[in-house]
Formats: sequence, structure tokens, C-alpha cells
Amino acid sequence: MKTAAGQPDSTTFYLEEEHHPEQGTMLGFWIYLMSDCLIFAVLFATYAVLGRNYAAGPSPKDLFELPLVAVNTTMLLFSSITYGFAMLEMEKGKQKNTLIWLTITGLFGLAFVGIELYEFAHLIHEGATPQRSAFLSAFFTLVGTHGLHVTLGIVWLVILMVQVNQRGLVPENKRRLMCLSLFWHFLDVIWIGVFTFVYLMGVLQ
Amino acid sequence: MSAATDSNQGAHDHHDHGDGAAHGSMKGYVTGFVLAAILTAIPFWLVMTDALGNKQTTGLVIMALAVVQIIVHMVYFLHMNTKSEGGWNFLALIFTLTLVVITLTGSIWVMYHLNTNMMPMSPMDMKHQMP
Amino acid sequence: MFSNLDLQKLVFGRLTLEAIPYHEPIVLITFLGVAAGGLAVLGAVTYFRLWGYLWREWLTSVDHKKIGIMYVILALVMLLRGFADALMMRAQQAMAFGANEGFLPPHHYDQIFTAHGVIMIFFVAMPLVTGLMNFVVPLQIGARDVAFPFLNNFSFWMTVSGALTVMVSLFVGEFARTGWLAYPPLSGPAGSPGVGVDYYIWALQIAGIGTLLSGINLIATIVKMRAPGMSMMKMPVFTWTALCTNILIVAAFPILTAVLALLSLDRYVGTHFFSNDLGGNPMMYVNLIWIWGHPEVYILILPAFGVFSEIVSTFSSKRLFGYASMVYATVVITILSYLVWLHHFFTMGSGASVNSFFGITTMIISIPTGAKIFNWLFTMYKGRIRFEVPMLWTLGFMVTFTVGGMTGVLLAVPPADFVLHNSLFLIAHFHNVIIGGVLFGMLAGITYWFPKAFGYKLDPFWGKTSFWFWLTGFWFAFMPLYVLGLMGVTRRLNHFDDPSLQIWFVIAAFGAVLVLLGILSFIMTLVVSFVKREELRDVTGDPWGGRTLEWSTSSPPPDYNFAFTPMVHDGDAWWDMKRRGYSRPLHGFKPIHMPRNTGTGVILGMISIVFAFAMIWYIWWLAAATFVAMLAVTIVHTFNYNRDFYIPVDAVMGAENKRTKMLAGHV
Repeated sequence: MKTAAGQPDSTTFYLEEEHHPEQGTMLGFWIYLMSDCLIFAVLFATYAVLGRNYAAGPSPKDLFELPLVAVNTTMLLFSSITYGFAMLEMEKGKQKNTLIWLTITGLFGLAFVGIELYEFAHLIHEGATPQRSAFLSAFFTLVGTHGLHVTLGIVWLVILMVQVNQRGLVPENKRRLMCLSLFWHFLDVIWIGVFTFVYLMGVLQ
Repeated sequence: MSAATDSNQGAHDHHDHGDGAAHGSMKGYVTGFVLAAILTAIPFWLVMTDALGNKQTTGLVIMALAVVQIIVHMVYFLHMNTKSEGGWNFLALIFTLTLVVITLTGSIWVMYHLNTNMMPMSPMDMKHQMP
Repeated sequence: MFSNLDLQKLVFGRLTLEAIPYHEPIVLITFLGVAAGGLAVLGAVTYFRLWGYLWREWLTSVDHKKIGIMYVILALVMLLRGFADALMMRAQQAMAFGANEGFLPPHHYDQIFTAHGVIMIFFVAMPLVTGLMNFVVPLQIGARDVAFPFLNNFSFWMTVSGALTVMVSLFVGEFARTGWLAYPPLSGPAGSPGVGVDYYIWALQIAGIGTLLSGINLIATIVKMRAPGMSMMKMPVFTWTALCTNILIVAAFPILTAVLALLSLDRYVGTHFFSNDLGGNPMMYVNLIWIWGHPEVYILILPAFGVFSEIVSTFSSKRLFGYASMVYATVVITILSYLVWLHHFFTMGSGASVNSFFGITTMIISIPTGAKIFNWLFTMYKGRIRFEVPMLWTLGFMVTFTVGGMTGVLLAVPPADFVLHNSLFLIAHFHNVIIGGVLFGMLAGITYWFPKAFGYKLDPFWGKTSFWFWLTGFWFAFMPLYVLGLMGVTRRLNHFDDPSLQIWFVIAAFGAVLVLLGILSFIMTLVVSFVKREELRDVTGDPWGGRTLEWSTSSPPPDYNFAFTPMVHDGDAWWDMKRRGYSRPLHGFKPIHMPRNTGTGVILGMISIVFAFAMIWYIWWLAAATFVAMLAVTIVHTFNYNRDFYIPVDAVMGAENKRTKMLAGHV
């Protein structure tokens, strides 16, 4: 019974051996990311439509500090490459190195979230609260949703580190690390949209 | 689920399609990182120094750079190609991007026309007319 | 005294005893009825000692067949609630003329039409569609389960939690009075300060998570788990429509989630997305929610198209006419459904250019749909048609749905829409396509696959009775609304001044009573068939002369669906097997690898109801606690690596030998 699926023996109607369908996790997770992408699309669209409704309040030019955003962007970019290193170590089967790189990734992620919280606190302190204008509502929601994703990514990262520590780089853990990898890099892609569309374009106006 | 699957390895011909995802290499990650760093630095530099002297041009350039950077991330970090998962990943991505474009441009178009037709004046005008 | 009040606020949020509507006799009687019925069911389960069985075999089950059946049960229960609302509305409108105020005051009437819409779309049509896809798709593609069995169970329980949240609103507090899409500013914090809109938001958010995840699950299942040899163009049409529907679910529901999240921010945090001041724009909500809303319509109708394709070809004993064109039409509809959303608000004022673009795309989308109707007609042409109950539903659909489709094209013309917008003509149109399309499709599907699920056919006499009551009831109930709509009567009114309109509303109410008889006959069908189950028994597993793989296994199928994974050579795989002398294997069984049941889904679902309740009533401590609990349960679940087991050879052999005997005894 060595018939490939491509040219079946036309009188064979069933497989005698147990059939193991392909693993669907990576595809499923990718599809989830695509759906998440659409959530961000709605938030970007809302920002695009409402982003200039300042209601006589502060505008991006008054509020955004590009050096801070640049530092923040750097943190996220560094975390992307360190996660990449973790994956390379994982493929080599080196558990300890994987965990070290994951830790570094998590720290960069924390730095990113920390800087963002600092920025938010600063804005709110200046009176630029989400309730001030539609522009600020859309800004806080878009950037905040991204930050929330990063936070959840860090929580997930910690859980995975515990699990890798407990069970080693077994296939399930590898697959989970690969899912988180997609998630993490996906958030970086979204951030490109955020810093270009919200911060840079905002200051440009 | 797959622990048992893997213990069965070799017992049949329909196995080991792997996880279907492409894997990166050191070279790939470093290339991607360098490109991403450059593509991030240029727009910040353009905006912060106003090097082009024209806002509209700067806007278009940084948008274009963002698109390029997104592609760089997709290729080098997310290992996107037309073959992973039998092409389904790529298909899903193209479909999603189409919908993102429809959602964004559609909303902007619809709401822009609404505002021009239904608002007696734009918010900017209102601001100017405020006492 | 103040500290007392503060303490009460801290513990109960804004929940007080006044929230329980004991002064409203209708609600009170309903409550007593539901409570009595619920207690009777609980009592019966306890009396017959079924709790353990239910928990082990159903509630924690990850078997796609059981989950599918539970979805359908949920939908049928909610149909009773949604239809009760419909009857009350029809009765109110038939009597409330001139001096007669009817029996429903406006604030109650508004909740009823909102609840009717929400329940019928999200908790009747959606679970019917998802349930049917869940049950049928893995069987049709020759798989043992879906790609992510636990996720499937979790999705189901999230849907149940959403439905229960809506039901709670009936007895504690109120439901939204905003219409089923809750447009701001009416649904904003100033327009609806009560809990109604919050019930609406949280019910949909919770159910939405379930819907999205089951969409991802079924896509992965169809892409990854087809039997060897089943290429994309050899997939049964129902599986194709299921694939497209799930793609639409995954691509549309995030938009709903995001929009409702923005509305909740307006309500809870005081942001200005959809407010009228400080730069907000309520029309942005309308724009965004219809980007979800229009694909949603196709999410519902595509699986129905799939059901009819299977039924037409089976009961005409012919291969489906134009399989490839059917597939392409489905794919074209999938994509076009994202380009038409503005036709729901032509009157908003985007102007001629925008309106004509969306008017034209809307008219274009009727072309692939029309192609499908012709495909079904040509399949029947020169076929040996058997007019069994599923086929009757199909014929009823073809006539009814076509009329609904044509009125839809009328509404796609922007100038006509300016006249008919928000009129009863619109109400008649969408009931015409949703009842005539989705509901007839799902009832046809239930009748068609019932023997596969339970091992006996449904009684044809009561099935036919139900069909004729539904069909005539539909025409009596909605044709008058077309007339009224053309005369300019708008929707959502609970009182009329012009007595000359009354006769039309009386006819519509009569139609609703006929539909009631249709529903009762359907319940009768289930009861009578259960009583006569030995007589109606399906021993072959193939009661209709089917063509696709689900009919190759026993009825009901064993837990593992197929003892051996089928190999597919033809689009109508089972037909091909029968034609070319397939004989059922009797030896060589192997242990079968299956996923293990888990209670995590039920637990998460139940906690999420409490979480929603706490958020709705501003009971912050409880919301925080349940949120942490959900997170903890999820994390604990990921630490369980022991998720599968093997069905031993003996058990497989036992089940298969039993079937061999059954087949031998009756052939």
C-alpha cells in the first residue's frame, strides 16, 4: 500500500495503515493572526477618519516626542532579532541558550511596554486624556491595543519559558515557541504601521 | 496530540509533513535586522530634520518606506513565502491585505464624502471661527 | 447612611432589587414558565441520574458530532425564545390602532424587537450553521475530528455563554432598546444609560470569540484533514461553502469585535469615537459595523446553498450540474460580499459617486447567486426526483428565496432605497431571504442529516406538515409587509393611527400563527420520530442513496467516524465507491488515535458569564476576580500535555462487527 495520494490505485477505497493528517496548528495560528490584523485595520481606519478631530484640543505636533518613539521602536526591533536568535538555538536543540535569548527578548518587551506607559502617563498628566477628543480616543486605543498585545505576548513568553524548563524542547513546546514567534514578529509589523502612520505622519502635519 | 504522533514515526507514509513553517537562518535574521534598522532610521531622520523640505513628499516617502519595511519583516522574520503550508499562508495573507485595504480606503472614502456633503464646515474651519 | 450606600455600590455595583422586573406581568409569567421548565429538566436529569453521563459524554466532549448536535439544540431552544418575541410583535401591531395601545408599552416593545433580531441572527442562525458544519464537514472529508478538538468544545461553550447572557437580561435588568445593531448615539452612554446595551455588547463579544475560533478551526480542518485523493475540486459542495463561510467568519468577526470594543470604550471610559461632541462621529460606527454586517449575511446563506446543493443532487439521483461554476460562484460571492456594505446606509449622505459604486457592486453580487439557482434547476432537469421532506424544503426555498433576491435588487437601486429605507419593505425583504434561504436550508439540512446523527429518519408526515405550515405562514406573514412598506410604513413602531392599515397587520399576524403551527409540527416530528424510531431505523447508514462520504459510515457513526481512512477518486466519493464495487473491510483494524475529553471549555464558559454579568453591573471586584480566574484556567490548561488516547483494537472490532451484523440482518 505505497500509493502516493497523487496517483491512487483506483480500486483502493481506503488506507490500511493509520492515517495521520498534517498538523494544523501553524496554519490555524496564522489565520488567527490574520483576524487580529483586521482588528488593527479597524483601529487604523478609525484613526484615519477621526485622527484630525482635535476638538480644539492638542494635536500630534503638540504631543508626540519622536526621540522617545525612536527609542521605543528600537526596543521592539531588538526584541525581534533576539527572538530570532532564540528560534535558531531552539532548532539546534540548545535549551539553555534558547531560554537565555527568550529572557532577553522578554526584557526588551518589558522596556517597550514601560516606555509606552511612561508616554501615556505623561500625556494624561498634560491633560491629553482619551476623553479629551476623538483624536486622542483613537490614538490611545490604537497604540494601547498594540501595547496590550505586547503585554500578553510577554505573559505567554514567561509561561512558555516555564514549560520549556519543565519538559524541554519537545515537539509541542517547539510548536508553541514557533506560534509565539509569529505573534511577536507580527506585532513588530503592526508597530511599523503605528510609528509611520500615527507618530511620523502626525508630527508631519 | 503530537507526542503520540511522533512516537508513531515511520510506521506509514503520510507522516512528517513537519510543521510546515519555514525556518530562518542566522544570515536571514541579521540581514533582516540591518535592513529593518535602516528602513526605520531613514523615516525618523526625514521627519525629524525635515530633510526633503516638503511635507507631502516626505509623507509619501515614509509611507513607501513603511511598506518596504513590512515586506522585509514578512520575508526575514515571519519567513513568509508562497510555498509554506502549501501556499495557504500566503493566500490568507493576500486575502487579508485586500480586506485591510478595502476597510481602510473604503472607510476613508465613505466618511470623507459624508463629511463634505453633510457638514456645513470642516472641523478646521470651525476652529478658525471660534471666538 | 452614605457609607452604607458606598458599601452596597462596592459589592453590588449598580445592581439593586429594582433591577428585577417583578412589576411587569409578561416578564414575570415568562420567568415563571422558564423557571418551571428549567427546574423540570434539572429534576428529570437528577432523577434519572444523568448528570455523570451528560458531563462525560456531552458537556466535556470534544467529538465534533456531539458538539454539532449541541449547537443545533441550542439554536432550536433559542428559536423558541426568538419566535415568542416575533409573535408578541405581530400581536401588538395587529391590535395597536387608534385608541388601542396594545399590550406592550414602547420601552418593552423596543427591547423585544432588539432581542428578536439579536437572538435570531446570533443565537439561532449562527449556531444552526456552525452546528451543521461541525457535524457534517469532518464526515464529508473523511476525517476523524476537527483540527483542534478542544478549541471546538471551547467555542461551543462561549456561544452558549453569550446566549445565556441574553437570557439573563430578561429577568435581571433589561435588554437593549436600540435595534439589533445598536447604533450610536442612541446606544451611547447618554442615549442608553441603562444596562441594556451592556448586555448586548458582552453577549455578542463572548459569543463572537466562540464564532471566530470555530471559524479558524474549520478552515484548518478543511485545508489539512481531507482524506487522501480529495483535491480541492473534489470536495463536496457543502464543504466548499463551509470553507468560504469560515473564511468570511474569520475575516468579518474581528471587525465586529473591534467596533463593539470601541462602543464599550465610549460607554465605560468616556472616549469620543461615536459621540456627537468632541470630534466623535456616530456614522463611523454604522460604516464599520456594516463592514462586518454584510459578510455576515453570506456567512449565513452560503452553508444553506451548500445544503441545497447536496440535497438536490441526492434526491435527483444525479451529479450536481455545474460543480465548478458552483464553486466559483461561491468564491466570487465570498470576495464581493466585502464590497457592498454601504447599501445598508445609502441615505446617510455620502453622495452620488459613493452610492452608485455600492449600488452597482450590490447588483453584481446577484449574478453568481442567480447562477446557483440555475445550477439547481438543471440538476433537477431530467432527474429522477424523489419528493421527500428535504427536497420539499429545497423547492420551497427556490421559489421563496428568488422573490427575496429580487426585492433585494430593487433595494440596491439607491433612489429606490431612499423611498424604502427603514420601511417594512426592507423587513419583508430580509425575512424573505433569511427565512426562505437560511432557515429553510437549515431545516432541510437537519431533516437530511438527522438519520446520520441519530440512526433513524424523521417522520415524513409531520415533516411535511411542518414544511407546509412554514411555507404558507411565511407568505402570509411577510407579503403584507411588502405592501405596507410600499405605502411608506416604517419599521419598529408599536402603535399606528391610520386604521386602514390594520387589515394588513392582521393578515401578517395570521401568518405568524401559521409559522407557530409549523414550529409545533417540527417539535411533533421530533417526538413522533423518537417514538417510532424502530420503524424509521436506518440500518444501512445510507438512507437516501447519498453521494458523499458521510453516508459510507454507520448511522450514527462510531466515535472515530471511519475505521479506515477512505481514499477518494471522485467528487461524489461514496457514489463512486458504490458504483465500482466497494466492499466494506472486515479485518485488519488498528488502534485509533483520538483526542481526550476536557472540562476546561465548560468551566471557562461559565466563568465568562459571571465576568460579563459583573462588567454589565459595574461589580468591579467580581469582574477582576473572574478575569483572573479565566486567565488562570487557560494557563493551567496549557500545562496539560496529555490530551489524546488510543481506542483499542478490540473496541474498534466490536463496533465494526456490530455493524456487520446489522447490515447482514437487513439486506
